[in-house]
Order: sequence, then C-alpha cells, then structure tokens
Amino acid sequence: MTFIAKPRLHHPSLTTNKVGYTRRDYEGPVSTLCAGCGHDSISAAIIQACWELNIEPHRVAKLSGIGCSSKTPTYFLGASHGFNTVHGRMPSVLTGAALANRDLLYLGVSGDGDSASIGLGQFANAMRRGVKMAYLVFNNGVYGLTKGQFSATADRGSKSKKGAVNNDSPVDLVSLALQMGATYVARSFSGDKEQLVPLIKGAMAHGGAAFIDVISPCVTFNNHGGSTKSYDYVRQHNEAVSRIEFVPQGQDITPTYAPGEVVQVEQNDGSVLNLRKLHADYDPTDRYSAMAYMQQHLARGEIVTGLLYLNPLPTDLHTAQNTCAAPLNSLNAAQLNPGSAALEKINAALR
Amino acid sequence: MKRIEAVNDFVIKFANINGSGSASANELFSRAVMRMGVPVSPRNIFPSNIQGMPTWYEARVCEKGYHGRRGGVDMMVAMNPQTWDADVAEIEPGGYLFYDSTRPMPASKFRDDVLTLGMPLTEITNAAYTDPRQRQLFKNIIYVGALSMLLDLEAAVFEKLFAEQFKGKERLLDSNIKALEMGRDYVKQHMQYPLGIRVRRSDKVGNQIFTDGNSAAGLGCVYGGATVAAWYPITPSSSVPEAFQKYCDKFRVEEATGQHKYAIVQAEDELASIGMAIGAGWNGARSFTATSGAGISLMTEFIGLAYFAEIPVTLINVQRGGPSTGMPTRTQQSDLLSCAYASHGDTKHVMLFPQDPYECFTHSAAALDLADRLQTPIFVMSDLDIGMNQRLCKPFEWDDTKEYDRGKVMTAAELEAGKDFGRYNDVDGDGIPWRTYPGTHPTKGSFFTRGTSKDAYARYSERGPDYIYNMERLLKKFKTAATLVPQPLLRKAQQPTPYGAIYFGSTAPSMREALDVLEADGVHVDAMRLQAFPFPQSVLDFINAHDQVFVVEQNRDAQMRTLLINELEVNPAKLTRVLHYDGTPITARFIVAAVRKSLAALKETV
Repeated sequence: MTFIAKPRLHHPSLTTNKVGYTRRDYEGPVSTLCAGCGHDSISAAIIQACWELNIEPHRVAKLSGIGCSSKTPTYFLGASHGFNTVHGRMPSVLTGAALANRDLLYLGVSGDGDSASIGLGQFANAMRRGVKMAYLVFNNGVYGLTKGQFSATADRGSKSKKGAVNNDSPVDLVSLALQMGATYVARSFSGDKEQLVPLIKGAMAHGGAAFIDVISPCVTFNNHGGSTKSYDYVRQHNEAVSRIEFVPQGQDITPTYAPGEVVQVEQNDGSVLNLRKLHADYDPTDRYSAMAYMQQHLARGEIVTGLLYLNPLPTDLHTAQNTCAAPLNSLNAAQLNPGSAALEKINAALR
Repeated sequence: MKRIEAVNDFVIKFANINGSGSASANELFSRAVMRMGVPVSPRNIFPSNIQGMPTWYEARVCEKGYHGRRGGVDMMVAMNPQTWDADVAEIEPGGYLFYDSTRPMPASKFRDDVLTLGMPLTEITNAAYTDPRQRQLFKNIIYVGALSMLLDLEAAVFEKLFAEQFKGKERLLDSNIKALEMGRDYVKQHMQYPLGIRVRRSDKVGNQIFTDGNSAAGLGCVYGGATVAAWYPITPSSSVPEAFQKYCDKFRVEEATGQHKYAIVQAEDELASIGMAIGAGWNGARSFTATSGAGISLMTEFIGLAYFAEIPVTLINVQRGGPSTGMPTRTQQSDLLSCAYASHGDTKHVMLFPQDPYECFTHSAAALDLADRLQTPIFVMSDLDIGMNQRLCKPFEWDDTKEYDRGKVMTAAELEAGKDFGRYNDVDGDGIPWRTYPGTHPTKGSFFTRGTSKDAYARYSERGPDYIYNMERLLKKFKTAATLVPQPLLRKAQQPTPYGAIYFGSTAPSMREALDVLEADGVHVDAMRLQAFPFPQSVLDFINAHDQVFVVEQNRDAQMRTLLINELEVNPAKLTRVLHYDGTPITARFIVAAVRKSLAALKETV
C-alpha cells in the first residue's frame, strides 16, 4: 500500500454545502484497493452522505479494524481523525472513544472477517450497549488481504474461487444486530448507491447503535459463479423492502412519493426518514416482525435490503451511563479532583 | 513446657469457613488492636470459592510496625473442623489453641506443647439465639469477645468501634455489644486470663490509615483524573474498579444534574476492556483498566498497539500466582517480564511498583500523568498481598495546587497559528511527539492512527528509514521515561559494605525487617527499593558500587534480575537470586535465612 495524496485543487464551480465544504473536502487519498472493488463505492457513498448531511469532516471520528474494508477510512474524510485498530476490535476502541467525547460523530468501519469471525463478540456487545455510532460492515464473504479464504458470512454451499465449498452456516449480522438490540438496522448493496446514501445518512443521524450490512462484492476473490456475494448473484436476489429518503432536521417534509405509499419516521435529532414501502406487510418499527421477516426471506435465499428496523427514540450508552453533558475529555482537575479536604475525611474514616 | 510470652508481638491466625461471616469479625479484632495504638498487619488466605471452603485470617501484632508476614503462628483460633489437623500442627511450640469445645474431641487431636482453650461456642450461641443467621454471625462476635479478654484488649475500644459502625442502628449496636460481653463473661468465669501473649496500649499507630491497596488504587484513579474505566472481573483486581465506582458515586456526580463525570464499563472480556481504555485515551480522556496476569496475556496485542501508535493508557495489574489460571487467590510478582515486554515485536513498557496502599494511591494517580506525558501504556504492578489485604500506611495526601499533566497536546490555536504538526515527529529531542485530540481543528492536525509503520507525519510507510526513525525515537522516549518515573530509594547500611540488595513492591515490609535483623546481627547490606521500570542510572551505579547484590523477588525465574541484566548489561554473576514463590507473601525470616546461606557460601568460595 502506498500513500497517494489527491491533488487539492478544486474546480471553482464545485458547490459547497451549508457548512462551506465541497464534496472534495470529504475525500481522502487515492484508494489502493482493487479496481472495481465494492468497498470504493461504499467510501463514495459515505463521502456523499457526509457532504449532504452538512457534517463538518473534523467532527467525525472514523475507526476500523483490520482487513480490506478497514483500510478504507484512509480514503474518505481526510480531515477526520482515523484509527485503524486491531483485527476484530474496532467496536471496543470506538466504545471507549465515544465515552471520552460524546460530541463527535462515530463511524465504525469493519468487514465480515473483522466483525463476524474474529470480532463477533465485540460486534455483539457493542450492539448490546447501544454505542451511538454508524457501524458499517463491508460484507464480501471472503478474506481479501490473505487471498480468498471464506469468512463467517459466506453462505453454506457457496464456492470459493479455488473451488472449495463452504460447509459452515453463515453468520447473519443483521439478525444478530436485531437480536442484540441495535436500534437502526439496515442492509444494502455497494452497487446501489441510491439506496445506500440515504441509509448512511439515517445511520449518522441516529441516536443509538446503527448498523448497516453492506454486501460488497470482492472482484478479485468472490465475484465468480458459485459465489453468493457476487455482483450478479446479489442483483438477482436483492429483495428491497423499502426505499428511503432522508430529510434533515428543519427541512420541509415533501416526500417525492405518492401519499399513502410513504411512512414518515422522525428520529430524535429531528431528522425524518421517508420510507416508501415496497412490501405492504413490512413494518420497520416492529422489531419482532422484522426479525421474523428476515428469517423467512433468508431461508428462501433472498437478500432483503433497505431499512429493516428503526427505533425512532433510541437510547445509547451515554444515556445508560448518565454521563454529563460536557465531554469527559474536556474535564479538568477542578472538575474531577475531590481535593485534599475530602481526602482528609477519607483518611479519618480509615483509622 | 514454656509458654510463648510476648507483649505486642505475636501472630494470631483464625481458621474459618468462607461465607460464614467471619471476615468482619476478624477485621473487628484487628481494628481493636490498632485502636490501642499497636500496629497489626492482617492477611486473608482464601480459596477461589464463595462458600464452604477453608479460609484463614492471619494477623501479625507487632509494636515495631513490621507489616510483612512473619511466619509461624502463636495462637490458632480453630473454627474449621475440616482443617483442624493442619491448623493445630502449625502452632509454634508453647503457643495457644482456641477452639469450639461444644462437641468433645479425642485427646489425640490435641498437642501437649500447646495450651488448649476450649469454649462451647455453639452451645452458647444456640442457647442465646434461635435464628440460624444470627447464630452464625454472633458466634463470631462472641469468640472475638473471648479473645479480647484472653489477650487483654480493652472492652471500650470495641464499644467505640461498634458505635461508629452501627451509627443510627441502635438495635444492632446493642446486640453486638451483648454478644461481645457474652464472650468476655465466659472467659472471666471459666479461664485464666490474660494469656502470655497479650496487647498493651501503645502509641505506634499514630495517624496511619488502615486500608487495602485495591481501594487505594481506585481512589488514586479518581484523584488522578481518570474518567473512563473499562474492566473485566478477575481475582484479585476486581475491587479496584469497584472502589473507583464507589468513590465516583461519592465525588463525581454533578450536584445540579445528577449526571456522572465518569464512565465505567464492565466489558465482555479483557480484550474489550483494554480496547475501550485505549479508545478513550486516544480521544483525550484519562482511562484505565485493572486486571491480573491472565488478563494481561489477553490484552497483549492491544498493548503493542498502544505502544506503537503511542496512546496513553493505565493498567493496574494486581498480580497473582501464574502461569495459566495458576493460583488465583495467592500472591506473586511474576508478571514483570510479560508486562515489561508485552506484545510481539520490539516493545518496552513502563512499570511502577507500589509497596503498600499509600503507594497504590500515589502510583495510580502518577500513572495517569505519566501515560499522558509519555503517550504509552503505564503498568501499576500491585499484587494480591497489598491489593486485597488491609495494611497500615501513611495517610493519603493531595496537593490542591497541582494540575494534571496532560502532556504534549497541540491546541486548535497552535495549529491555526501554523505550528508544524507531525504526530510522530520528535521536535523536542526527548522522543515524545505531539498529539492532537480528534475534532480539534477543521483543516489542521488530523492524522490517521494505526498499528502499522508510518513516517513522522503519521503517513503509512514501509520504508526502512521511517520505521527505524520511529523505533529509535521510542527507545529515546523510554530513556526519558526513566527520568520521569518515581526514583529508587536507597537505604544505606550502618557500615560500608560490599553487599547490596534490590527489592520492590510488596516485598518491602519484610525486606525492611530482614535488613534490621541482619544489621543487628552484624551483617551489613545496602538496599535499594525500585519504584519503577525503566531503571535510571542510579540503579546501575548501585550495582557497580557493590561486589554482590541480592535481588529479592516473589517469582520462580528471577524476573527482576533478568530485567536488570538485560537492560543494564550487568554481569549476571553479581546478582544473587533470593526467590520466594509458593504463593504466600515473602517473610523476613525467609530473606534473612537466604542471605545468610548465600553469604556463607560466598565465604567458602573465597
């Protein structure tokens, strides 16, 4: 991997968003992933989402684990602090970071090996705790950096490029996230930017643990016949439950869909998600029916995408911890230290 | 037979069954002795179990103030039939055996050279109480009452202790005093008292406090400004975060809002706990985790990341017997190497060695400053002996004028003014680079933190010179650390001597006693107590100034000796091992014997 900075020259006609940034300000250096990698499309979607959300890039902390997916934070939000942690342990580092400063936005980037294999425990426990973050798994069912071994999300019966057949049951991170208590759960496809960008925006604006499983074909090791994570396979089996439209706080809600087709869900930051239901029987605010729906379609080999579950009034780890409004990393000795008089009282009680 | 006769200098051991409520009664006994101005150092010897297993409480009453374990037992309070034989066998000849005589015991179960003091405790409690729990708890108070009579403890000190403990709970106060009196009355009516061993009022406790190292470490983290704690339960360290929680509840809740100026997460495992502590440290909060050896093993990969990516984090390692699950409820100093060089690749870490609860407090607070200053993991190397046992020590102190040392953190104003920021750039010559907190400035000062190699500006690099630059700078930083950590303390012998001794941590009280004994015997040894790793120059000077240096430690493989040889490149032949590692705390008797034996062997070879 090399470090190639992109030229910083902007075309003068580039439009700026409400906080004065062009889309280019949300980019990073040139990606070193394989040409055609699904992950680069996700990076582009993140850039688009953050620009559209008018997020100041430096107010995002982007954290990742190890693997192809975890390399991507280098390639977007170059003005944000990033942290490439250790394999499978991004959730714990992000949890600690989020506790230290509740005023930043946290973007967790991980892969299927990182989150479903080595890091399954940390993934599940971060969801349980309701860490406020947008947690994206770039899911290609394969270990790319080590050249094509199956990961734990590979479907049973799917074939590797070398012809080996996977005999193990797949880990379905969406089902797990739902079960563990994530309050925003979605699945998308790196080849469907129209669906992915609003989902990322919704996740970034969400007040609790938001999880998006993004199927992202590996063009080098998992895009062949017999793979269930290839572009062709996913396009053929993609079953979208909804189309969503993200409306930021304070904007007029004028859905582009016909009335009656749309469910409006307001999140606790005031932003609104317009959901055009593609399946009349699907209610994304009902966790139990969402879980049942997922399982039924999973059994039929369908990849259900869209916003699968949303709790519009989530709580998060800071709520549970009852932490103060000021970020913990901003507190000084005067605010933290009980002082010598209090210590003298402690001493007296220990005699 | 000659009875042991000693005033303010004896060891009493209570053999109990865990879960029977004996711990608080035994602590009451120790506190009463201290309230009479006589120092006591008690030790819990307990199994990794909740209920029904044998547990012991060994209290050394010592007017001279030696807090190390002495070895030997002058009086056994044998309340556990399971361990009777071993307990009785442990009593020194001429010692005393106090037991529950409700059920008759065959004569073969006793020793002729020990004075037997039988009291029908069960019979007395069953006659006085009907509730089974009350019978259990008050039986303990009754035996403490009996002992107070036998050992000449003043009833008034107990009454005062009860009054403090049961303030506002008058019913409990009365019933405890009544139980204590039952014990005292029985002895008055049926036994000769006081015994040859006894307590006499003195003034050797002074303003010292009586507390355990884990509580002190938790309090030190509050005073040191830790705001994020992440941990996973493991004996013997769990009471560190629990104490932190307790003191935070008291001192860190905003009055107006009821909100917390701290966060504590009990993580799913040690990997997550160190990960959270590192995440918080990266983001500019002071954070710590507490664990023991097995937890350190699990945290090792993350420790390497924090070393290489240069992230402040404090680890309080309350050491126990290893390897593997080892002896979870016994003490050792056997994690020195696994902490000093934790993780793959070339790493070196800072360790602090507290000797008692006072230093658990000061070193934990200091560790948080050092972590920020040095941007690296700092280990506070406590152990079960000082962590989980109450010990008399200096009262805690804090200088209210002191601000926290947050280290080299570049501000938005400095970035705005155009100050050059290279995350891994050594601009000051001390090996410590500058850092920025995430979110500081819209366009300047952001960087990517990674466990891979990088250049001075935090850009990914596999170039040899970039890698070497950082690795050499980390070594320079480690040298800087040696000047910032608590420095070694020297105790000179009364006469110039070719012999030296190096020791650290919980070995200190036994070492002090051993040095006194040797000195009185004409054996002169200069001694140096290490307070930290890396070693400053003074340690090398000390070794060079002596022909032979004893390295006294509580592990099998002489790990501190290995560190001295490895880091200071001293001749191994100069460093004599004095090793105690059976899981019990080292004693002065052991050290004295080992030193004498070694000196005798040296003289033979000369």
